[in-house]
Amino acid sequence: MSADTTAPAGTPRLVVLGWGNESRGDDGLGPALLRRIEALGLAHVTAIEDFQLQLEHAMDLDGADLALFVDASVAAPAPFAFTETGPREGLTHTSHAMAPEAVLDVHARVLGRRPPPAFVLAIRGDAFELGTGLGEAAAERLEAAWDFVRPLIEAPGVGVWRGMLRG
Amino acid sequence: MFQLETAENPQKLRRIAIDPVTRVEGHGKVTLLLDDADRIHQVRLHIVEFRGFEVFIEGRPFWEVPVTVQRLCGICPVSHHLAAVKAMDIIAGYGQLPPTAEKLRRLMHYGQMVQSHAVHFFHLASPDLLLGFDSEPTRRNIVGVAQDFPDIAKQGVLLRKYGQEVIRHTAGKRIHGTGAIPGGMNKALTVAERDEMRRDVDQMIEWSLASVHMVAALHRTKPEFYNHFGEFESSMMGFVDERGALDFYHGGLRAVDNTGKIIFDHVDYSTYEEVLEEEAKSWSYMKFPHIRSLGAEKGWYKVGPLARVQACDFISTPLADLERKKMMALGNGKPVMGTLFFHWARLIEVLHAAELIRDLLDDPDILGTDLMADKGERKGEAVGVIEAPRGTLFHHYRVDENDLVTFCNLIVSTTNNNQAMNEAIRSVARTHLDGRKVTEGLLNHIEVAIRAYDPCLSCATHALGQMPLEVDLIDAEGNLVDRGRRNMGPER
Repeated sequence: MSADTTAPAGTPRLVVLGWGNESRGDDGLGPALLRRIEALGLAHVTAIEDFQLQLEHAMDLDGADLALFVDASVAAPAPFAFTETGPREGLTHTSHAMAPEAVLDVHARVLGRRPPPAFVLAIRGDAFELGTGLGEAAAERLEAAWDFVRPLIEAPGVGVWRGMLRG
Repeated sequence: MFQLETAENPQKLRRIAIDPVTRVEGHGKVTLLLDDADRIHQVRLHIVEFRGFEVFIEGRPFWEVPVTVQRLCGICPVSHHLAAVKAMDIIAGYGQLPPTAEKLRRLMHYGQMVQSHAVHFFHLASPDLLLGFDSEPTRRNIVGVAQDFPDIAKQGVLLRKYGQEVIRHTAGKRIHGTGAIPGGMNKALTVAERDEMRRDVDQMIEWSLASVHMVAALHRTKPEFYNHFGEFESSMMGFVDERGALDFYHGGLRAVDNTGKIIFDHVDYSTYEEVLEEEAKSWSYMKFPHIRSLGAEKGWYKVGPLARVQACDFISTPLADLERKKMMALGNGKPVMGTLFFHWARLIEVLHAAELIRDLLDDPDILGTDLMADKGERKGEAVGVIEAPRGTLFHHYRVDENDLVTFCNLIVSTTNNNQAMNEAIRSVARTHLDGRKVTEGLLNHIEVAIRAYDPCLSCATHALGQMPLEVDLIDAEGNLVDRGRRNMGPER
């Protein structure tokens, strides 16, 4: 959870979900970025780290005005992609890793409420071996992603974010 | 030689690969070899990624290991945490844990059992069971369940959430918890935390019981099918306490044969190498454990919910024990062996774990503050074992005089079930695929059998776009005839 600092009135409540395993190479990109977001100590931000995206995260989105999913991606263009997404049914599921779209869909169906506008920051990763840390290229992409997303976190807004989509 | 394990003339046969199996933790690959008449000649479940767990652990300080091992697997970190810390209790020289410390560990473990089983059943298995194996593939997931059975889906999510909260209160954090440390626990439970968990536990018990009844009702719709799908005879292994009751956290090892007759009982798990042996095979990275006295061909066994609830004499909580008796009555005095009984047994275990959580929360000891055992002589070697959600999990360590781990052997639940999973898919292939044109729905029968074991095949990474399913159909000349592909979500 973020430190408690004063949020400007009217600032949207933002939930950031970042996931991955820092002992598996570039899979640690999500948690690494999430820690930087937590360190900002913004009262309007709730940062949640996990090993993988899961069913219960649908509940964590309750009450949020905006959601951001952060993960490593093997398919995103380098250094990262920033896209808007929404609930989608009919996806194949694994219990190892739910897709953001599935979590949003579970939120809608279980809570009976429309999920918040949601965006995905997918940082390109290449190597995921157990016992390794972030690769050199991944570390550079992390910096690029941080420079990009930090102002979006500090002053979140659906309209602004939609104007920044890439990848 | 196991039937359907190795074809006589594989070069003459068509090959179908299911790679990886969907809705299974990590990467698995199934290959089927068929002749021109679609007769099955070979069926194998392969493990395609080497885990490298032991290398990851060796060289680390022993006191760090209970935390480090949580990173081996993001699916069941609590199981690795507790198996490792049980070994490190001994390495560090600690004796019997104070009652509060053991009860807090048990509470954490039961929370893990609830959340893991809940996500498996409600998220992975129930779509197959509730919607049918041949249902439209895009609906064969929780979204379809949510549409057709909205309460089941909601209860599954909330049961999962409840289990996670139990872990958070006992481990200190939702992930990367440090609740259990060599010698005890480093965090007491507050009254507010206890009350919060107690407030919801009766609801969890009620939903768990309803889910057991739902599976029983499903069974009544097609009893012959549920009794015999993926059926094969096998031995079974699990923990029992000194009375013969099922115990998830600690006990002696018991193995029973396919008639329920005891092979060994109350075995001290620190001597596991005297009763179990691991065999390597050229076509799989994962070893094949078996009961040493019976040899590789006859000594393989299964672990996990279906094995545990049948290897024990009884379950210590009343609702779960009653449901166990109802399920086992279908075996007419013998253990039930159909693969889909795994789901039934898994839900009985959710019910048992929820009842145990309630009993612990009502026990005044749970709020105690005596959390550390007395310290004695440091040891150089120890074994820690726990009944993880997927089955018996062994952690074996040796530590040098500098406190560094020099040897590590892990036998994870899925390794214990390696031969059993292969036998399950061979049974399905014989019954449902042999001599027929292979369709997506028929291939899903194979996946249903594997998912029933809830295998954790590699604890692999979970990056977006990383886990597609590919099915390749290759003719007798080795040419690619057709390829099907489906993803967990849109690629990014």
